[in-house]
Amino acid sequence: MKSGAAILIVLAALLPVPWLVHSDFWLNFAVLALYYGFLGQSWNILGGFGGQFSFGHAAFFGTGAYAAAVLQLRFGVNPWLALVLAGVAGAAMGAIVGALSFRYGLRGSYFALVTLAFAEVLRILADSLGFTGAGVGLQIPLHQSAANFQFATKTGFYFTILGLTALGLGVVWAIEHSRFGARLAAVRDSEEAAQALGVDVFRTKLIAITLSAALMALGGTFYLQYFLFIDPDIAFGPQVSIAALLAPIVGGLGTLFGPLLGAVALQLLNEISESAIGSAPGLNLVLYGVILILIIAFLPEGIFGLARLRTRLRGVMRRPA
Amino acid sequence: MVEAAIIVPAILNGLTTGAVYALVAVGLTLIYGVLHIINFAHGALLMVALYGVYFLHALGGVDPYLALPIMIPAMFALGYGLQRFVIGRASHGKDENVMLVTLGLAIVIENLALYLWSSDTRTIDTPYGFSTVDFGVALIAVPKLIAFAGALLLTLALWALMRWTDLGKAIRAVAKERRGAALVGIDIEHLYAMSFGIGIACLGAAACLLLPSYYASPHIGSAFVLIAFTIVVLGGMGSFVGALVGGLIIGVTESVGGLFLGDSLGQLGVFLIFIAVLLFRPTGLFGQKA
Amino acid sequence: MTSKFDRLSVTRRRFLAGSALGGLAVATGGIAAPHIARAADAPAVKVGIIHPVTGGVSYSGTQGRAGAMMAVDDINAAGGIKSLGGAKLDALLADAQSKADVGAAQIEKYNDAGVSAVVGGYASFICLATTQAAAKHGIPYVVDVGTDDRIVKAGLKNTFRFSPGYGVFVETAIRTLNEINTAAGKPAKTAVIVHEGSAFGAGTAALLQKNLGGIGINVLEVMKHPTPNLDFNNIVLRIKAANPDLVIPADYYNEYVLLARTMQQQKVKPKAIFSVLGGAASQYKFVKDFPEAAAYIMDCNHWYNPHKEAAQVLRKKTEAKGLYYTYEVFLNYEAVMLLADAIERAASTDRAKIIDALTNSSWAGHFMPYGPTRFENGQNTGARAVNLQVLDNDIKVILPPEFANAKPVFPRPV
Repeated sequence: MKSGAAILIVLAALLPVPWLVHSDFWLNFAVLALYYGFLGQSWNILGGFGGQFSFGHAAFFGTGAYAAAVLQLRFGVNPWLALVLAGVAGAAMGAIVGALSFRYGLRGSYFALVTLAFAEVLRILADSLGFTGAGVGLQIPLHQSAANFQFATKTGFYFTILGLTALGLGVVWAIEHSRFGARLAAVRDSEEAAQALGVDVFRTKLIAITLSAALMALGGTFYLQYFLFIDPDIAFGPQVSIAALLAPIVGGLGTLFGPLLGAVALQLLNEISESAIGSAPGLNLVLYGVILILIIAFLPEGIFGLARLRTRLRGVMRRPA
Repeated sequence: MVEAAIIVPAILNGLTTGAVYALVAVGLTLIYGVLHIINFAHGALLMVALYGVYFLHALGGVDPYLALPIMIPAMFALGYGLQRFVIGRASHGKDENVMLVTLGLAIVIENLALYLWSSDTRTIDTPYGFSTVDFGVALIAVPKLIAFAGALLLTLALWALMRWTDLGKAIRAVAKERRGAALVGIDIEHLYAMSFGIGIACLGAAACLLLPSYYASPHIGSAFVLIAFTIVVLGGMGSFVGALVGGLIIGVTESVGGLFLGDSLGQLGVFLIFIAVLLFRPTGLFGQKA
Repeated sequence: MTSKFDRLSVTRRRFLAGSALGGLAVATGGIAAPHIARAADAPAVKVGIIHPVTGGVSYSGTQGRAGAMMAVDDINAAGGIKSLGGAKLDALLADAQSKADVGAAQIEKYNDAGVSAVVGGYASFICLATTQAAAKHGIPYVVDVGTDDRIVKAGLKNTFRFSPGYGVFVETAIRTLNEINTAAGKPAKTAVIVHEGSAFGAGTAALLQKNLGGIGINVLEVMKHPTPNLDFNNIVLRIKAANPDLVIPADYYNEYVLLARTMQQQKVKPKAIFSVLGGAASQYKFVKDFPEAAAYIMDCNHWYNPHKEAAQVLRKKTEAKGLYYTYEVFLNYEAVMLLADAIERAASTDRAKIIDALTNSSWAGHFMPYGPTRFENGQNTGARAVNLQVLDNDIKVILPPEFANAKPVFPRPV
């Protein structure tokens, strides 16, 4: 089926969730699943489609979150406007990191590590500077209203994150169907070959990271509005960086729906392991880790790998012996 | 207010701390250099080793330094087993999978530790634990001096291993040219596991040297890992001398930086160095050109 | 060597807001219920007990949970909530995993499970999120420790804190330090503040810095460090160079211990170590493990009234379980007791009624060295900090006199 149609169907299916789901807990689950899916989708643009694995995507997440927080708290900017501006800030940070890293030809693990370092530098700065609240962090006062991007019920947040999810899907769809996407794929598959074909590798990667960072920053702002509190660890710490890359890898790198699927699967996994094991500290997470290893061991292409496997098998079987 | 008189002690402290970092980094650089994997479980395994040393002391009365001949082979076996039967098998050779598998391992190990041993911090008290040696300009803690010496010796031993033994040559061959090594009849899986095992054995040694100055808790490993990555990159992937020198440099940078900028901001120096090295000299100080 | 590393281990796999029950419930169409429910007969009163039992502050969280559960057990053993026909307290345990967002997600789960109230949180940064999450659903929330004053200044009608915030601690610390210093002839004129970087440490340090000048103590330097921090050599070097009369730490347990040990090691001996919410200063474990480093340390902290029998009974019970009797234990115990008293008076499991009962609480059945219980904007105005000192390998209350069981020793004997 055409991916455009698939997107619309998926979005349509997700639309009525607040009315189908009667418990706040499950609505929260849905919001978080979409949220992690969105973070994963952002990362996917650079990592899955671009082949550049970033371990420090929190750098962009945190930039967005802090930008939105500072704009609201110190400059009284409306949170929705702050969301947009945060996206711009994220894009700028992405451009800086990308320009430095790609200009000097960093790839593979080196690139991963440099992004980690950038995230850490930002974390230390946020931890030390007064205007980011230093180690204490920033809290948004509770003033619930839709105009203030603080919804009294989860439903409002759900639709917001659904909107962001649509944005993410739309961006990825646009990439897949554009020449930029083709160039990006070429860069992912072989930089040397792409270069030889005349692709401006540096520019392509730079655009990818800027887009990826902008979306990630939007995710950071959403986090801020949902939880109303950030600190340097939450904003720039490795947990966000890891969260961003886990979902697409589990769901399927470089696919349209992989990150979403991965996020839902991982979240369910977490819930199941907690309910199976109970409250003994640590045990439920041991199970989660074990299952994670098993997934990687038996589904290395992610959940979408299953679909490809079937397609391949079908293809094999149709071929004459 | 920073006086000259405290810069020298800061540097000396930085050297001893740096040596300790180097110990952790040496294992990581070997693993990265040979298997080309970022071992996310390195911190968790260091933690396991620390608990090992702790329990040997608490239950068996074994002095941490005397525990070296126990911990090193034990951690080696653990590392070998993990690579051979878990990481190697689960990852199907794909780099990003390896990263995830080691991540998963870290989760499992840390939380198993939390479940089994609770979140209490475990310290040991040795008769020399509080002793210091007076260098005139500074009082340096005895365990730190021992750690410093230990780090040097270990690095030397590893270097010798890689240089002069058949095993070392085989490992270097595999690291350089995997297919070629396989064609010559080298058992790649076994060697990968050996390398990983040696890298983790280093953690066993590091733990013995570390515990007198620090403590064991389920979360302690992660405090060392990012610094270890920095050192590995700074020193050059796969270079032990690099790991040692890098460790010392980072230790001193952190210490002196902390003196001038405060401990939090002082760490900035470390990561700025990291970024600068990655951008301008990614092979590090002693690494081979890719 | 920063708290980020701790997160690296803690959260890279726990990034997902953990909550109970998986798709099984969805598949079977069942109602999502928390995975921990204690077996309870008759109509039980569901109370959420949430602590960070895993992660960077897990030791404190585990202690807190133990204290809360001992209270639940005691209440149930004594016949439960009598005004509800002997209804037992049904404790639903949750792990905040040392993360604010996980804590908030657990509150959502609690809401779904229909809890009547929530107790816990422990760390300020967790409580800030969980109290707000509970406020959205009108769930009464009793903060066990969380000393950040923003918790009770957010205007949340559902939030109650029985123990003091760092504002009270600093005010008490300054006042009593002045008393102690004056009584000894003002030997202390300079100080260095050492603090950890999160909400608790930074907030405490900022207030201290502002107010110490007012009692004639010059703050020479303020040294911040992250949690966790494994090496205090630099800080101790700077302390040595500054040569203050007083060293004032505000830290969590591990860092405090390392600081004290390093000071001892480097032969840095100020006239006194006077901590405010000192993480190890009033911990029996520290005194037992490192008696020399701990000797004579003064602390302004949470403490129980040593003259109250109930406090000593709880201490014995706690130690019989092989646990140290720490502030997390008795503060949580009291928090649950406070709640039980409110439920008793409300004679209802209705959230709004319990909030009313808490708002009007004048609970006197506690063993804390507090004035009469009275809540103003969620803060118990009767809450007090006390001054403690490690003397004779034990922790003694030195001020205020009505609760004291020892006299202060200041400055430290040489």
